[in-house]
Amino acid sequence: MSERVLEAEGLVVTFPGDAGRTAVVDHVDLAIDAGEALALVGESGCGKSMTALSLLRLVPKPGRIEAGHIEIAGQDVLALPIPALRSLRGRGAAMIFQEPMTSLNPVLTVGAQVVEAIRLHERVGAGEARRRAANLFARVGIPDPDARIDAYPHQLSGGMKQRAMIAIALAARPKLLIADEPTTALDVTIQAQILDLLRDLRHDSGMALLLITHDLGIVNEVADRVAVMYAGQLVETGSRELVLGAARHPYTQGLLRSIPALAPRGARLTEIPGSVPSAGAWPSGCRFHPRCPRAFEPCPRIDPGWTELRAGQRARCHAVANEEAS
Amino acid sequence: MLAYLVRRLAWGIVTVLGVLLFLFLLFFMLATPDDIARKAVGEKAPQAVLDQWKLNHGYDKPRIWNPEAPGDTMLAEHFRRMLTFDFGNSDADDTPIADRLLGGAGPSLAFTLPLFVSGLVLGISLSLFVAFFRDTYIDRVGTVIAVLAMSVSTLLYIIGVQFLLGKLLRWFPISGFDYSPEVMVRFLALPVIVGLVSGIGSDMRFYRTVFVEESSRDYVRTARAKGCGEGRIMGRHVLRNSLIPILTNVVVTIPFLFTGSLLLESFFGIPGLGSITVDAINANDFATLRVVVYIDSLLFVAGQIATDFSYTLADPRVRLG
Amino acid sequence: MPLHVWVNGAVALFALGAAVVAWRLRQSALWREAGRELWHRRPLALAFVALYGAVALCDAISWTDAEGTGVRAPRSLLERAFPADFHEASYSAPLASVEFYGGQPLHHPGAHWLGTDILGRDVLLQALRGARVALLVGGLTSLIAIPLALLFGVAAGYRGGWLDDVVLFLISVLFAMPGLLLLIALIMALGRGPVQVCVALGVTGWVSFARLARGETLKLRELDYVQAARALGVSELRIVVRHVVPNLMHLVVITFVLMFSGLVLTEAVLAWLGLGIDGSWGQMIDRARDELSRDPIIWWNLAAASAALFGLILAVNLVGDAVRDILDPRTLRERT
Repeated sequence: MSERVLEAEGLVVTFPGDAGRTAVVDHVDLAIDAGEALALVGESGCGKSMTALSLLRLVPKPGRIEAGHIEIAGQDVLALPIPALRSLRGRGAAMIFQEPMTSLNPVLTVGAQVVEAIRLHERVGAGEARRRAANLFARVGIPDPDARIDAYPHQLSGGMKQRAMIAIALAARPKLLIADEPTTALDVTIQAQILDLLRDLRHDSGMALLLITHDLGIVNEVADRVAVMYAGQLVETGSRELVLGAARHPYTQGLLRSIPALAPRGARLTEIPGSVPSAGAWPSGCRFHPRCPRAFEPCPRIDPGWTELRAGQRARCHAVANEEAS
Repeated sequence: MLAYLVRRLAWGIVTVLGVLLFLFLLFFMLATPDDIARKAVGEKAPQAVLDQWKLNHGYDKPRIWNPEAPGDTMLAEHFRRMLTFDFGNSDADDTPIADRLLGGAGPSLAFTLPLFVSGLVLGISLSLFVAFFRDTYIDRVGTVIAVLAMSVSTLLYIIGVQFLLGKLLRWFPISGFDYSPEVMVRFLALPVIVGLVSGIGSDMRFYRTVFVEESSRDYVRTARAKGCGEGRIMGRHVLRNSLIPILTNVVVTIPFLFTGSLLLESFFGIPGLGSITVDAINANDFATLRVVVYIDSLLFVAGQIATDFSYTLADPRVRLG
Repeated sequence: MPLHVWVNGAVALFALGAAVVAWRLRQSALWREAGRELWHRRPLALAFVALYGAVALCDAISWTDAEGTGVRAPRSLLERAFPADFHEASYSAPLASVEFYGGQPLHHPGAHWLGTDILGRDVLLQALRGARVALLVGGLTSLIAIPLALLFGVAAGYRGGWLDDVVLFLISVLFAMPGLLLLIALIMALGRGPVQVCVALGVTGWVSFARLARGETLKLRELDYVQAARALGVSELRIVVRHVVPNLMHLVVITFVLMFSGLVLTEAVLAWLGLGIDGSWGQMIDRARDELSRDPIIWWNLAAASAALFGLILAVNLVGDAVRDILDPRTLRERT
């Protein structure tokens, strides 16, 4: 078995609400091996981004990580002192975000932002750092890197900005890249290019990828394994083939049925009724039960817990548990 | 760029002409030359004295329309003299206004420049500090102090500081001015302290809001994710971006350094433009008052143009066009 | 009709207007919620503001006594809380029983809680009466300036064209003159007096809000639902009244509160320049200045006026901060 890059167990992130602190991320477990790509999938508002941010202790105030254990590249993230945490950020795991327009500092050149990322982690001279930044730009497919390095973010297109963001993320050669909806804000053609780039980078460097997305089409293209999240909890995990091809959890099935390219052949496209409940107003028992077509007697009362299925696939569902038992 | 400059200047000129028209309406139509003369010569003076005063001070022409010589009116005279900077003599003591004002600019600058620089440095560093510790105890205490400081009238600061540092502790002279640098520093200490204290509350609150708003932006998260320390984030990323809104408030005030402060100068006996203005108010010297308002509006327009240009330096996204 | 009757009528009218506005605001869930939130955050500051308001109201209602009962001039409700002849010959210290200089016994020994001033008037009563002037300056001026600014700003922003040019020119001209100087120039041209001061404060005060209202209207005009209303043929006036103005109301409320303390503090500066309103705290502070250099010093005048001024401004600032946070966390972050 190859090296574990990320191991998160029992992760709980809370925010203050009307009735005390509410968990927006509730006991999430994630594990990624070197070179592997895990997709974390779910509708917006289900806690995906908070999970991603918590991995590098970037949860914005007043939120905080309440419980859990995170290990990145063998280091216990939650126990790290601040200086060590800083050197882990960018080097152990780097992040790119959904909005390339706002995620780059508007008053610094993109080159300066890459150079900063390099020099934060390595003692290199300004000239050397600049040369490496230009190389990174070339590597992420920015044409004419020597000139673009002196451009300000507003002078680049959306796709180029996201490439520059990736260049910043790659600056310290991270073992894990956390990409939070990296293509959501981009045009469809640009989306494909960025996804290709991410795939190439992973193959070249053996970097692991945690991809946060709500788009199952992207999951199908990029991921090795999939974790489906609903209302702060994981509800189904497993290999891409199993989760997308033989989904067991009614929520995953619902998601799949709503996407033309992935829906079972001949099936009608349907949507899941209702919407994700907001944090703090999560239903009792199985959190999906008010929207679930297969809900039955125990669902509103008892939290289903995991049911182990074949080949590492797991689902959190009473109906699935019954099927397996019989 | 050139086209923008021309447009901006043209609007500035129109604005200044508007100010001149406003001044004419105020001091020639609303308060008529007769009112002004009456105030100067006293209620009981005979009409002949009043007319003589008007003649001496150039208030004797028809105001808007002169049937004999169409150009020879107060309105034309007002615009001609202001635009050629031929300000004439004071209504009160007949000294040339231009000389008075030029003499006042030096002391004003000697007082406002240290106040401006130290206020800027103190305000920005204090609020950076407070914003750095946002949502903590320090931040809350800082905010409370800022609101408390803002709620005290400047008059009280003046009285309080004069009484405490000047009278009880005798650290500094209470008021006065001297042109030799060593003595000047001692005289300027109290007014600068009062200026700092009375301004710091609202400054701090404004800067803090800007800093806190900037530090919640996405690019700060990016910087943090790549391993930047909090100090570096504040000093390099947040400060640079915050400069843009701060500039709007700061650059526009720079020209007013010349005109000093009405309240502090006259209270502390600094013979600057502020004192001259207050003297003019007390002496019903309308001629000087008009000139001061006019000069201030010129400076304001200059400050606005300077602000626009400072944007291009601070914000790469802005290209004047 | 004597002046005080007019004033009583105006106060009644004002109270009626305030009640109608409050009742209308309570109709909207949004404003009710904001009000509750404000009360939740700043109960003490709100209570303080209400207290000042009550004192000012008590001082605004006045009437003359029946023939032959002594005092001829109309006296306010507030004054009637004190004895009719509640003054001494000159200075007396707080709660003193003899005059400060000379030591003659007082008419009301131990009754002047905050002492008396140079003319022997009770300082507590004077400090309380200052509330009326402050609320007049802060409240009445904003009540004149803000609707005017709203009218100009909305008309200019919504209609555009020459109207916008004219209003923008007016705003630029008034903005180009420093506030305090413009104020002084206006008062000197208009003559000194409470009404003149309020008018001058109003003229200088409306500018910045008109600018804000114009800018916001420009933005609102482009919003989808306004465009949609226009496409449906809704009349322009109706769009302005139904869609534009209600969306500016939160700015109106915030500006009102923030403007208030600025106006009161400005009046204090004017008082010091000899251009203020009689009976204001600024005037009391100005007069008390020389008293600090007497020996032994007279401090109670200054202390009373300063404390009263500080209390009101602090309470209003705290309420203003909360109002801004609740109603609008973003648009109005510039200095006011």
